[in-house]
Formats: sequence, C-alpha cells, structure tokens
Amino acid sequence: MSFETMRAAPLPGEFLQGVKASLPVIIGAAPFGLLFGALAVENGLSVPEAVLMSATVYGGASQMVGIELFGQTVAPWLIVLSIFAVNFRHVLYSGAIGRRIGSWPAARQALGFFFLVDPQYAEAEVKGQRGEAISFLWYMGMALPIYVLWVATSWLGAAFGALIPDPAALGIDFLLPLYFFGLVMEFRERKPWLPVVALSAAASIAAYHLVGSPWHVSIGAAAGILFAVMRPAGAGGDDR
Amino acid sequence: MSTTLWIILAAAAATYLTRVGGHLVLSRFERVHPRVEAGLEAVPAAVLTTLVAPAAAAGGPAELAALTVAGLVALRGGMIATFLSGAAVLIVLRQLIG
Repeated sequence: MSFETMRAAPLPGEFLQGVKASLPVIIGAAPFGLLFGALAVENGLSVPEAVLMSATVYGGASQMVGIELFGQTVAPWLIVLSIFAVNFRHVLYSGAIGRRIGSWPAARQALGFFFLVDPQYAEAEVKGQRGEAISFLWYMGMALPIYVLWVATSWLGAAFGALIPDPAALGIDFLLPLYFFGLVMEFRERKPWLPVVALSAAASIAAYHLVGSPWHVSIGAAAGILFAVMRPAGAGGDDR
Repeated sequence: MSTTLWIILAAAAATYLTRVGGHLVLSRFERVHPRVEAGLEAVPAAVLTTLVAPAAAAGGPAELAALTVAGLVALRGGMIATFLSGAAVLIVLRQLIG
C-alpha cells in the first residue's frame, strides 16, 4: 500500500469519493458514447472496431475526428496525426498532474496516465488544490466508472445506433460544455484566473472560426498559458 | 490485420504518449522554473475554457441562461450542484423555446 493512500481517508471511502466525482461526467458523456458508436458504424467501422477505439484511444473528441476522417479517403497516417493533434492538450495535463501523482509506484502511474481524460485531470486538480492527496484509489474510483461507461455506451451506440433520438432536443449537446464550465469556475481562486479565462475564451472562439476545430483548443489554451508565463514574476501568487 | 485496426492502435499509442509525455519530460528536470510553474498553474483554467467558449458563443438564450445560473450556483455550491442546476435550466428552456 502506498504512502498517500495510508494517510488518506479509510480506503473504501477514498474509492467511493472518486466514484462520486465521476457521476456528472457519466451523465454528460453517455450521450456522446452512444453518438460516437452510431457515427462510427455509419462511417464504415465495424461494431468491434468502434468498441476497440473507445477502449484504447479513450478520448471522445479525438475519436469523433478520427471516424469523420475514416468516412473519407484520407491517408492512414493523417488520421493518426489528426487524433494526436486533438489529444495534444493532454501533454499539459500530464505535466501538471505528474507533480501530484509522481510519488505513485511506476506501474500505477503508467496505468493512471492512460485514464487522464479532461474531467479526470480537472477533478484531480480541484482535489489537489484543496490540499488533499491524490490517492490511487480515489483516482481509479473516478476513472473506472467513466471508462466502463464510455466503452459500454460506444458499443450500445454502434449496435443500436439507429434508435437514438435527436440529441439536441434534450440539451445533450451542451451538457459537456456546461460541465467543463463548472470546472473552470472551480479554479477561480487560482490567480490570474480572470485574464487567463478571458484570453483563452477570446482566442479559442477566434481560432474556432478562423482556423477550425480542433486547433481552437491548442490555440486558446496557449493564449491563456502564455499570459501566465509572461506575467512579471512579482505579480505571482495572491495579490490580484 | 486490417488498415483500420492499425490506425486505431497507432492512434491509441499516440494518445497514450500525450498522456504520459508531459510528465516524462517534466520529471527529467530537478527543479521547475517559476515561469513554467506559473504556466502549469494556468493549465486547467486555460484548457477547460477552450472546451466551453466556442459552444457558449454559438449558444442561444437557453445556453446562456444555463451558463448564468450555473455560474451563480458555482459561487456558493459544489461541482455537482453547479452542473445539475445548469442542466435543468437548459433542458427546461429548450423544451419551452425550442
């Protein structure tokens, strides 16, 4: 048993706390799993291929981009490169969260990084910000339900895709942005929050229209992060 | 193996590389420069904002009302309350105003 799980809450409690953090993600992501499965089959993937993609790539937006390209006659390496580009933001997550889970045994780290999707990263940062240790049990308690749900809904969507009703009527297409907005709000104490959010928002909206998706993520993120990096050193911390 | 399978597995490997790569690079340094530290601190707000902003900018009254309510709830409540209140506003308003 590792050091951080020993000094944390009782073990089942840690795992269940993680499961609790996964609940909004499950509500928000399930429709996209179904949608991905349905679109994957529509774009020529078999049901096992669609499930395999969800189980191994495990990144919603990049999978959507991938199957979009599968439907056209695009060179294989270009599909892989596009998926890599969409997922490039995880490099930042990895560098940031590595500071919190770097004391885990190597095998647990190797496993943990596989599950490092957007909400997993963000909830871990929120927890770390509260001064709590990121235990392996908490991390997997959040990761496993999301992963199982993602693979299962992908299979359901691929197998029964034609039965899916119009997602827009239920507001489903906006649930994940709403969830991520809630997470953005969770970091509002971390200065310089407002300028970073304002710059990233403006840059991502501009890039979305001028360059296109998925580049708006990298471009928008770069704008906010560069501001934080370039800020005069004396301004760091808690003054504004 | 089919080309599709190879593409999926290569994409999976490339994705795993992004998830483990940032840590592998950073952990090679004894100390992280304060400016890099400041950049890493800004990662959540910066990246997560880009997942919201274009959808919010394209949103109508229902979406903006949902974000407003969620933002107000976020000032007092936790993450789950924030999400559920925004989702409730969104779904009700979409039913009412299409």
